[in-house]
Amino acid sequence: MGMTIAEKILAAHSGRKEVSPGDLINVKVDLVMANDVTAPIAIEQFRKLGVKEVFDKERVVFVPSHFVPARDIATAEQFKVMRDFAKESGIVYYELGQGGIEHILLPWKGHVVPGDVYCGADSHTPTCGALGAFACGMGSTDIAVAMATGEVWMKVPATMRLIYHGKMGKWTRSKDLILNTIGRIGTDGATYMAMQFEGEALKSMSMDARFTMTNMVAEAGGKTGIIPVDEVTLDYVRPRAKHEWTVYEPDPDASYITTYEFDASAIEPTVALPFSPGNTKTISEIAQEDIKIDQVFIGSCTNARMEDLREAAEIMRGKKIAKWVRCIVIPATQDIFKEALKEGLIEVFTESGCQVSAATCGPCLGGHYGVLAEGERCVSTSNRNFPGRMGHSKAEVFLVNPPLAAAAAIAGRIVHPEEVAGKVSAS
Amino acid sequence: MTMRGKAHTFGDHIDTDQIIPAQMLVTIDPVELGKHCMANNDPEFAGKVQPGDIIVAGVNFGCGSSREHAQISIIGCGVSCVIAKGFARIFFRNSINLGLPVLECPEAVDAIEAGDELDVDLSTGTIRNLTRDLTFQAKPYEPFMMEIIEAGGLIEYTKRRLAVAKG
Repeated sequence: MGMTIAEKILAAHSGRKEVSPGDLINVKVDLVMANDVTAPIAIEQFRKLGVKEVFDKERVVFVPSHFVPARDIATAEQFKVMRDFAKESGIVYYELGQGGIEHILLPWKGHVVPGDVYCGADSHTPTCGALGAFACGMGSTDIAVAMATGEVWMKVPATMRLIYHGKMGKWTRSKDLILNTIGRIGTDGATYMAMQFEGEALKSMSMDARFTMTNMVAEAGGKTGIIPVDEVTLDYVRPRAKHEWTVYEPDPDASYITTYEFDASAIEPTVALPFSPGNTKTISEIAQEDIKIDQVFIGSCTNARMEDLREAAEIMRGKKIAKWVRCIVIPATQDIFKEALKEGLIEVFTESGCQVSAATCGPCLGGHYGVLAEGERCVSTSNRNFPGRMGHSKAEVFLVNPPLAAAAAIAGRIVHPEEVAGKVSAS
Repeated sequence: MTMRGKAHTFGDHIDTDQIIPAQMLVTIDPVELGKHCMANNDPEFAGKVQPGDIIVAGVNFGCGSSREHAQISIIGCGVSCVIAKGFARIFFRNSINLGLPVLECPEAVDAIEAGDELDVDLSTGTIRNLTRDLTFQAKPYEPFMMEIIEAGGLIEYTKRRLAVAKG
């Protein structure tokens, strides 16, 4: 019986020739991660296990990301716990100023490669599945056990196959494909499943764009999201890989629990309205509603890579953001910040009137750096718009792709990017 | 293991941002986190809960973030278990690992109103609605998960496994 990519990776990591959906297995992990929200609990649980050392110092990584730089004394204490453990145990630690948001940082630094099993104590861990890896979000307790033993228990997921035919239109991005998908299958549509993304539209995407697709697997309930490896993947992996990789192809007779097919050329730029990533409408439907906004956020593990920043800057170049609108731009990592600085993108943003910050998750989870007040509306390139996600439970968040976010900042309302592209606003 | 308490009802897709807002993720103290349980859905909830009370919810309960602060806050405010039509994957896993009983039973959820007196037997998965004199059977756990629950969570379970491996 043929296997999907997810099944092949799990079989190889559990010492079996073959696995099937529903099998309970112990899986060897290639990388384990925790951030400043999840590491303090993981450390406490790790200590309870009575184990002296982590299974492999090079394969356990802590990344402070959510509340960096420390927001207050309480968060500073959490960083201290994390940093002290990293010092003592010798694991990999990315200090602020050298790191960034883990889901963009770790693949960029070569910690995750094709064929890996990667478990992270953060729900957006599946982002790295864009490299043809099995990347799975878990809680701190699972991660503590993985830190100690190098293993986790897993139930082999069934695989959902998603095929995107055709080419995306001028303003459609990978973000729109994944929002459209969540709108179609529902926010629990892929619960317990591996989502395998394929098709012509995927093949023509950069790695930056592919990571956005797998990032939002969590919003469909998926256990992991996997994109088959091709030359685009290998060009990304070759110069940075920290360990050997293995390319797994799905067998032609692999079995899928369900298959969805999409015509990418027909998918319009898409907006997820409050209060669910599955509450989607097309930009043509929304633009007529004249939705005025208070804040724009261009950042997060979903859309804060170079391609995202370039596209947002392209819309903003030479224009000012609308009066009474504030725009926060946060490149995802220090490396991306430096590259954006060299390319002049930071200058474009600051000249337009945006506030640009060094890497942090910041406003995406309402932790700090741009929290919303009651009744405020924010257009965001992030991944969640649940009640209270970015601040007050009655603040509203609209999820979009980077060009749409930039266009909204210029117009002061949700508009089609065509409406502002090319125009120069009076200063 | 039996639990008894009043039902507090919630809808579908209750996410972890509603269960425990990100602003509160600066402590792992159950009492402190318990004070803010469900703050983004019902700010009065933590004040109303009596020890042993039961959360009853719709589909996809606990979707969103992997934060175990969600389980810690639910346990911390005195809730004894959660009955839902369905759970998000990470939330379900974290609950088993941390020893928060979670039961999947759509029929029971449909037949429970806020304030109903419930009685749950975890070993059999039986849910009794004492107010309405109705009995339901929750989806049974995999035997492997039952071992984790009986050990008192994943840490105790792993400690035993490591001790056996050492001989």
